Amino acid sequence: MKLNIMQTVVLAGVVLAGAAIAVTTLERPPVQVTQNGYRGVGMQQLSNPRLAEAMAARNQAPQSIVSVPDVGPKAGQLYKNVQVLGDLGVAQFARTMAAITAWVSPEQGCNYCHNPNNMASDEVYTKVVARRMFQMTAALNTQWQDHVQQTGVTCYTCHRGQPVPAYNWSEDTKPPRLAGLSAGQAGQNMPRASVGSTSLPYDPFTPFLEDRPANIRVQGTAIHPNPKVPGTKETEWTYGLMMHMSTSLGVNCTFCHNSRNWSSWEESTPQRMTAWYGIRMVRDINANYITPLTPQWQAHPNGPEGGPVQARLGHEGDALKVNCTTCHQGVNKPLYGAAMAKDYPALLIPQSR
Amino acid sequence: MAEYQNIFTRIQVTGPAYPGVPLHPTDSARQPGIGHSHLLGMLGDAQIGPVYLGITGLLSLLLGAVAVSIMGLVMLDSVNWNLWQFIRLLPWLALEPPPAAYGLRFPPLNQGGWWLIAGFSLTLSILLWWVRTWRRAVQTGMGTHVAWAFAAAIWLYLVVGFLRPLAMGSWSEAVPFGIFPHLDWTASLSIRYGNLFYNPFHALSIVFLYGSTLLFAMHGATILALGRFGGEREIELALDRGTAAERGGLFWRWCMGFNASFESIHRWAWWFAVLCPLTGGIGIMLTGTVVDNWYLWAVEHRFAPAYPVVYPGLVDPATLPGAKP
Repeated sequence: MKLNIMQTVVLAGVVLAGAAIAVTTLERPPVQVTQNGYRGVGMQQLSNPRLAEAMAARNQAPQSIVSVPDVGPKAGQLYKNVQVLGDLGVAQFARTMAAITAWVSPEQGCNYCHNPNNMASDEVYTKVVARRMFQMTAALNTQWQDHVQQTGVTCYTCHRGQPVPAYNWSEDTKPPRLAGLSAGQAGQNMPRASVGSTSLPYDPFTPFLEDRPANIRVQGTAIHPNPKVPGTKETEWTYGLMMHMSTSLGVNCTFCHNSRNWSSWEESTPQRMTAWYGIRMVRDINANYITPLTPQWQAHPNGPEGGPVQARLGHEGDALKVNCTTCHQGVNKPLYGAAMAKDYPALLIPQSR
Repeated sequence: MAEYQNIFTRIQVTGPAYPGVPLHPTDSARQPGIGHSHLLGMLGDAQIGPVYLGITGLLSLLLGAVAVSIMGLVMLDSVNWNLWQFIRLLPWLALEPPPAAYGLRFPPLNQGGWWLIAGFSLTLSILLWWVRTWRRAVQTGMGTHVAWAFAAAIWLYLVVGFLRPLAMGSWSEAVPFGIFPHLDWTASLSIRYGNLFYNPFHALSIVFLYGSTLLFAMHGATILALGRFGGEREIELALDRGTAAERGGLFWRWCMGFNASFESIHRWAWWFAVLCPLTGGIGIMLTGTVVDNWYLWAVEHRFAPAYPVVYPGLVDPATLPGAKP
């Protein structure tokens, strides 16, 4: 068939547009499918070994510091102002301090939290924050084993060698123009990574992952209508939160749910129970550990004087808080389930306030 | 031998422009200007015009423009009046219906008021366009099949944006205006009301949707395949069956034992197409008003199959002693 110029131009345009769509939106094979439910119900997980390789490289646990015998005087007796970890022997205490430095401030070193001339002083605010984070880590490992299991968490699970964990969230509740035509956009209809670039509400964290959370459960529990249950708009918020969970764990919806009946626990997987506790754990972290520290960050909105300059507050003035991605970072078990905490006994016993 | 076909036309028939059947004395005049477009002639008839606008067409276009302008301006506002962001993010932008708290009241303009005004304008525009399809059909002496088919689509449109929200007592249940947002709304509606795939009217609607495409492909392919015997002269063949009709019919009887006739195949297609939004609209109308959870409904009516439990012993942690809500 001989084409004239017009036909050639049209054909070339169609081919170019098709190629552009294919290159920018499709994932290059191979895609592997793993079944995780009864056959025929579509419960399966998709993965791509090429992408998994890159993900694995980003989620390696660091080597544990060589263990030391728990001998010698207790740190709490030897040093002043040791409010947490005081029951450790000095060698174990020093080893734990070295580990924290490697996990949280490897470039800044001890002085990121301590005044080198007076290690006991609380004058550097980051030391006050770090102490609270110790209590938090120990609480997670002892009170939230329904979520962290026996693997537990360490500072590294979130921090990954950075003073501020790379994945955090802050309140994003205001439309771009408060009094504008679009003020009633219900916090949605913008492609944000927080909800997998969908048009769903992009800050599902403020209502669900803080104190006094909204109800996540939106599905009808009876055949016939009950006017008390929420509607389609509320469902979009739950949907947004679920998109966050799915993307932050690198799993499909059916990792936890049987999609034919989302709310049914009988048809779900055990991972859904773990996730349920995870949501409560994150609320506990944000409400009882992160948010109460907000005055510390308000006093130092760009971090300690020595730098590096990095925002400690979100654009609405609240603290940078925790969601699923903070630990999981694209993997369904953070750091592929590496059990780092067991090498640091101080992280596994409750630390009183 | 050169021959006139369509879509892949190398030869285009360009005759004197055809002005159409005489107008009724009460009709306004058709818009002047009849031309021929070579480009469009590759796809269909090369003659463009005459267009009949009339009062319904004019009002319909004006109200449609009002609706689209409101949607566009609200979307533009949501990206801070940045034209480049408007183009880049257009698939995500939307005009949202009011929050649930307003029920069926008229909310402030930027809390869904614009949605109501845009929806009202768009609805009026569509209804006027429907009147136009009816009146133009009558004018040309045709049947009103196109208008009835269009009415079926309008039924579904009215259900999702007007009738169901009215029955639910809240505009917040209506669909937003936006490309991705209306799709996310659809998924959310299905999730909230217990999985629309267990809604039997939704199932029927899918049957007619996919059935329509199947019938369209079967019919289109049959007529094209019979082109060498003059099969595209469907009307003549319906009245005076020739070899093309006989061969087409025989082909389908060989393949599946039965064939539609040259006339009835068009009724098959029309009804499948019309029943798609008709049944779908019924299914959506019942959702949340009569049935709150379609999956549970399907279980009660022995319509949802049961599967073996793969992970026994799972319970809702919220029901365990000492659980935090």
